[in-house]
Amino acid sequence: MTTWDWIERFLQLYWPQFLKGAGWTLLLAIIGTVGGFVIGLLIGVVRTTPLYSGGQKRRSLRSVLLKIVNAILAVYIEVLRGTPMMVQAVLVFYGLMEFAGIDITSSAAGMLVITLNTGAYMAEIVRGGIQSVDPGQTEASKAIGMTHWQTMLNVVLPQTIRNILPATGNEFIVNLKDSSVLSVIMVSELFYSTQVIKSIYYRTYEPFLIAATIYLFFTFTSSRLLRLLEKRMDGPSNYTLISSATTPELLKQNRRYQAGATRRR
Amino acid sequence: MPHQKDALSQHVIEVRGLHKSFGDNPILKGIDLQVSAGEVVSIIGASGSGKSTFLRCINLLEWPTSGEILFQGENVLERGYNIPAYREKVGMVFQQFNLFSNMNVLQNCMVGQIKVGRKSKEEARLTAMDYLEKVGLAQYIHAKPRQLSGGQQQRVAIARALCMEPEALLFDEPTSALDPEMVGEVLKVITDLAHTGLTLMVVTHEMAFARDVSDRVLFMDDGVIAEEGEPAGIFTNPKSERLREFLTRFLS
Repeated sequence: MTTWDWIERFLQLYWPQFLKGAGWTLLLAIIGTVGGFVIGLLIGVVRTTPLYSGGQKRRSLRSVLLKIVNAILAVYIEVLRGTPMMVQAVLVFYGLMEFAGIDITSSAAGMLVITLNTGAYMAEIVRGGIQSVDPGQTEASKAIGMTHWQTMLNVVLPQTIRNILPATGNEFIVNLKDSSVLSVIMVSELFYSTQVIKSIYYRTYEPFLIAATIYLFFTFTSSRLLRLLEKRMDGPSNYTLISSATTPELLKQNRRYQAGATRRR
Repeated sequence: MPHQKDALSQHVIEVRGLHKSFGDNPILKGIDLQVSAGEVVSIIGASGSGKSTFLRCINLLEWPTSGEILFQGENVLERGYNIPAYREKVGMVFQQFNLFSNMNVLQNCMVGQIKVGRKSKEEARLTAMDYLEKVGLAQYIHAKPRQLSGGQQQRVAIARALCMEPEALLFDEPTSALDPEMVGEVLKVITDLAHTGLTLMVVTHEMAFARDVSDRVLFMDDGVIAEEGEPAGIFTNPKSERLREFLTRFLS
């Protein structure tokens, strides 16, 4: 039998297994990236919160707490970025059982690990993204009376999210591929499934060629989709002028609308 | 108009013994100033004399090292003083405009009213449209800041500050980042504001503006107010040697 015959046979016999594996890989990448994005955003916001509010460099309970939390977060980031995800997976999966008596499924452990791992990377990406927002806009926002949180939510974070979108997409693509290391704790994602299929006929090359094709399809498609999303978020590059003839009209409409609103109230 | 005259306190802003150092580097070395409601005060002086730092201290964008800043008789440096509420009433316009680049012109003028002023969207839109019309930019409400010229951006920034209906406005070199042909349009807007009775403090290098529009001119030199008075006196009869030097350099 030629390679092509084998590929055909594997696809015919085991397409549901490939599909299931691919599904898990996609799910892990999505959960890991979305969860990691949320973690990263939270950590990024905490780590860029000024220690002292109002400019007074007085030590308060708030500033002490913030320092402690920052130290813990720094450790989290260093540890998760400084060890391989494969090792983290083993430690979490077996460690939870061994020391905490928690028996979670390998899939749950896999999701947990990929999320925590992505969160550590995203935290640094978000921090960079926040710092890249023009500080003048932060000042302007404070100058019209916004608090630190209002400034963050309305001015800084929307720009941060746009700025870090390419890096987040990159994390997603890395997750699609690197979720394969979770096979070490028997998460039945694409790599693990392919290994199982391989061991039935002891043919290595063909199943993994199929797996590679699926991985490539995923990464290629998602990078295109992300590019589209970035363009969408930038909005239209032109704007419509309100003609000066309609401006008073528009104002009148506003007034009428407002009058209507008050009447309804 | 946006300001309300306070019957009880003559002075909207009062500064007492203001000092500011960056590290070991003293920038402001004791400033005393009283600004009455409706007064237009221009602050002139060489670069590095502390003009901008002084203005930024008033809005607490820089925290003073020592001294007092009183707004309507209350010390804003006091612990527990509501700083966001104070900044809402004392607005600021920046040299670099600092419009929010994630919002269009209209949103720039609405966001503060909605989030800080707790106005409804429709109220905020109406106020924003009114002020944008006053600065001549009602046509551009859908434009993003980066699509506008510097002069247009600065006029939006002024409208944004006015939308908060402040008691006083601080201008930090509002025309210094502009191309020469755009300086006029922005100065005209500020001049119009001066005539409405809003309290203004303007750090500027535009001597003609300081002379013609302001009620009082402060000359800052080396972290102190070296000379102050009515524009006529300051420009035609400067007392100190430093001011004379400064003016000859600027007016020649």
